[in-house]
Amino acid sequence: MAAQAGSDVASLVSNNEKTILPEWVELQKKAGILHTGRISEGELQAQSKNFLHLLHEALTQGGTDTTGAAFEPARGMLADLSRSRAQQGFSPSETATFIFSLKRPLFNALNRDNTLSAEQIASTVWTSTALLDELGLFTLEIFQKSREEVIVRQQREIAELSTPVVKLWEGILALPLIGTLDSQRTQVVMENLLQTIVDSEAEIAIIDITGVPTVDTLTAQHLLKTVAAARLMGADCLISGIRPQIAQTMVHLGVELNVISKASLADAFAVALRQTGRAVVKTKRIEGFALPEKKSGGQGA
Amino acid sequence: MPTTKTERLGIKISDDVVRVRQLTRMLSVEVGLGLVDQTKVVTAASELARNTLDYGGGGEVIAEIVEQGGRRGVRLTFEDKGPGIADIEQALKDGFTSGRGMGLGLGGAKRLCNEFSIVSAPGTGTKVTIARWK
Ligand SMILES: Nc1ncnc2c1ncn2[C@@H]1O[C@H](COP(=O)(O)OP(=O)(O)OP(=O)(O)O)[C@@H](O)[C@H]1O
Ligand SMILES: [Mg+2]
Repeated sequence: MAAQAGSDVASLVSNNEKTILPEWVELQKKAGILHTGRISEGELQAQSKNFLHLLHEALTQGGTDTTGAAFEPARGMLADLSRSRAQQGFSPSETATFIFSLKRPLFNALNRDNTLSAEQIASTVWTSTALLDELGLFTLEIFQKSREEVIVRQQREIAELSTPVVKLWEGILALPLIGTLDSQRTQVVMENLLQTIVDSEAEIAIIDITGVPTVDTLTAQHLLKTVAAARLMGADCLISGIRPQIAQTMVHLGVELNVISKASLADAFAVALRQTGRAVVKTKRIEGFALPEKKSGGQGA
Repeated sequence: MPTTKTERLGIKISDDVVRVRQLTRMLSVEVGLGLVDQTKVVTAASELARNTLDYGGGGEVIAEIVEQGGRRGVRLTFEDKGPGIADIEQALKDGFTSGRGMGLGLGGAKRLCNEFSIVSAPGTGTKVTIARWK
């Protein structure tokens, strides 16, 4: 039964390839696939032709079991297509349209064929619908998996990129942390900071956590380890940017960061300057904002 | 107590902990919790999700928006089929860890929420439920 149904669909495809292929390509174009600008008409034509060929092969050899060995090449081709579309930024529906838009040309071909009995038509419709649905879902599954791979790769890239240590002044570094502090990122952040401390002979490192949304025990532990390691390298750490809601949460959690902390990076910088024997003073130069002579104390400009 | 929304999330890898935090944040905003309360419940969720992953060997969270007497709140239930906790009182004590943590997560989560309950026994796994009300 299954084998018969398979070969019915197979002969439908092979007898009508000349009409199915252009109709199918036309439908995909109508769905706007070329407007995405991510694929050329030539590529679309080649992909469609290739798939139709592989589908025919599979149907002739092995019936309708899309998970079977006969469908291996067709599945392989669909997997490649889904993967590359996921990487090119196609949406899931744009990707699945490749398979689902094949239904209409197939049914049109079936309607045109007047040698078939009603029973044959019904069973062929059923078989090809089930078949294309399975293949369409397969396409989506691969698409989803590839998107996840892309995300994992991007996370790894972000981990490396987003941890710049900036020099604020001679001997003063700042590490603005943004985002989540668990995962491998912390390791990269920490090593980066320690290396920069050594390279620049820094005395003070300011860790700014304005961009960290949650400080839980793991984050706190990472911060404490970083502070301890920096101390071993001869640098004191200041922590800035602990927002009020985070401060309250940390108190309830029971974590204490035994370091000087300041509300803002600017405040922490002022502390760092003072600790390294420097001060910032206003000069009289800005017109209209001149300070009275006696108040402009400090060490001079 | 009526539940107006339920979401489930698996906790299998460390990225799932991030997802649990995001889901908790989203529901807290929906319920109308203030920024401080949002941060508290998100942090508690982070602790429990990581315990589920690290000690429970993975599991899942059921996150709900609940209503009672005209009040709305977020309720989270973390469940795993891991080794369970033999001495719950000890586990809740600040500073106790059987791993390499600070031993503050479980007790901290309790302090950060309005409701906290834990059901656990060796060999049957662990279930921790927390709620934060507006
Ligand atoms: N789901 C669980 N399954 C089994 N044991 C658990 C589970 N959750 C917690 N525990 C036990 O309770 C102890 C205390 O947990 P708690 O979260 O307070 O501290 P921690 O995870 O060790 O460190 P921290 O959370 O501060 O980083 C854990 O060390 C562990 O032995
Ligand atoms: Mg913990």
